[in-house]
Amino acid sequence: MKDGVKFLEEGALEGLLRRLSERARVWVPVEATPGVVLWRPWREGEKVRLDRQGTEPPKHVLFPRSETLLRIYEKEELKIEEVMPQGPSVIFGARPCDVRGFEVFDQVFGEEDPYYSVRRRETTILTVLCTEPERTCFCTTVGGGPLEEKGSDVTLLWIEGGWLAQAVTERGEEVLRDEAFVEASREQIEKGEQRKEAVKLDPVVDLSGIPEKFLESFTSDFWRRVTAKCISCGACTFLCPTCYCFNITDERTPEGAERLRSWDACMFYHYTLEASGHNPRPTKAERYRNRIGHKFSYHPSNYGTYGCTGCGRCIKYCPVGMDVREILRELKEYAEG
Amino acid sequence: MSRNPFLPYIATVKEVIEETPNIKTLRVVIDDPSEREAFRFEPGQVAQLSVFGVGEATFVINSPPTRTEYLQFSVMKVGEVTTKIHELRPGDKVGVRGPLGNWFPYEGMKGKDILFIGGGIGMAPLRTLLLFMLDNRSDYGHITLLYGARSPRDLCYKEELKEWEGREDIELVLTVDREFPGWEGRVGLVPNVLKELAPSPEGKVAITCGPPIMIRFTLQALAELGFADDQIVTTLERRMKCGIGLCGRCNIGGRYVCKDGPVFTLAQLKELPPEL
Repeated sequence: MKDGVKFLEEGALEGLLRRLSERARVWVPVEATPGVVLWRPWREGEKVRLDRQGTEPPKHVLFPRSETLLRIYEKEELKIEEVMPQGPSVIFGARPCDVRGFEVFDQVFGEEDPYYSVRRRETTILTVLCTEPERTCFCTTVGGGPLEEKGSDVTLLWIEGGWLAQAVTERGEEVLRDEAFVEASREQIEKGEQRKEAVKLDPVVDLSGIPEKFLESFTSDFWRRVTAKCISCGACTFLCPTCYCFNITDERTPEGAERLRSWDACMFYHYTLEASGHNPRPTKAERYRNRIGHKFSYHPSNYGTYGCTGCGRCIKYCPVGMDVREILRELKEYAEG
Repeated sequence: MSRNPFLPYIATVKEVIEETPNIKTLRVVIDDPSEREAFRFEPGQVAQLSVFGVGEATFVINSPPTRTEYLQFSVMKVGEVTTKIHELRPGDKVGVRGPLGNWFPYEGMKGKDILFIGGGIGMAPLRTLLLFMLDNRSDYGHITLLYGARSPRDLCYKEELKEWEGREDIELVLTVDREFPGWEGRVGLVPNVLKELAPSPEGKVAITCGPPIMIRFTLQALAELGFADDQIVTTLERRMKCGIGLCGRCNIGGRYVCKDGPVFTLAQLKELPPEL
């Protein structure tokens, strides 16, 4: 099992990224402004931040914030052109929770969405395993783990001076053939094992029965109470590695029009507003209930896994301090009581 | 490779019919003959109709699959896209994306008496199934249509209503909300007229579509008359975008109206969280 463990020295990282960039668009986490780590295409001299969870997940690499689906030409004969994604990508430095987000996308979009599936097939993912989970992390609560390798092509584990690298897929093995990866020594491998053993992240709430309890709470005032401070800003959805809701709109162009797909959010009033004026989710209580229901009841019953990866960004970055862990705990107590 | 589900067929508007002051019916034909031939649908399925540069909106295909010379959509002018659709003229190009969703369970209705209960624009999906049943008349028992609108001029498909009135094999009951000069049909809200008619639930299926408030009271009235939940079929509307269960917005619990619906029995709806 320990065969094939490689070592990537910190100083060899830049050369590796340079070589990868010759063949693909390489997305790396960089400190865009102090304290804010965002994903950017790698450029010479870019300082890559692999030592902490990104402020945003790399979701937009496979599911852009806005993309052109169709180009419509109306000048002469009406013509519609499909605008399919082009070229391979590398996501360098994802976290296991980010990668699990793509698993949810695979379940929902799968092969049915040609734009997503083209990108998915052409994307290589190198994941930094988490040795120091943050206080907002709760991946083990929802079936993941800080050392989870599933879904990645290569895992990277920080030890002194660099990372232990291990291929998970054939595509990953190919990446490890780069000269930057050298055989890891027995001491390095042992150090890696020790680091892994030291990682501790206990589940914060027992979710058994939550999907059913959610449905029991559906019409109660529970949701009005727990969402009193929510401001429906949607930050939780945009930073969520599994939120995939989108809108489709047309924009005029000189040649005719473009049909765009853009991120949308179930936290917004207009998301479900019908032209007649009717809105099935008119207040934030119904909207937040839908978000929790989707991730912890509907998605599990449709696909067998939670629609949440426990990355904790919705807790860390909520401007009014909503905490999904607390709400799940309260929901459990409420339904039990 | 299968067809991109976001790619519409290009179609041409052949005819525009003014149904009511705010409802128009469009008859469209898909331009490409092989695409037109491949476009197969079932009664009750919907499609996304697009005006390029403005956007898409979802409508039931209200011509039945037994009549293939055009696809018919009836559109109430309420929003941005529907306003543009109302400006379309014969010869204009539109996009048609579909067919989407499920359909009326007409196989299970064979041999039964059929009670259609429609209100306003809600007559559109009922029209599809009614015409389909008329084209397969011997498969079904007695057919009753109770159709209401605010006023006589708000009734859709007036020519067809006239024709159906003359037919022996349909019982037609029309109603409007209040008295109007020259109106010879019933006066009263659809659920109230339904109670007056008091149809027996035996051997019947009730299929209803209309504004949410009408549906609510119609379901109550049907329950009072003794209809079981699996004898009642309705077709729902929700704001939709993708039409294939991906974009998220039309869910009721874990089901998507665009993909798992729009047709549900009341028994199926009662298994879902109450979020209509």
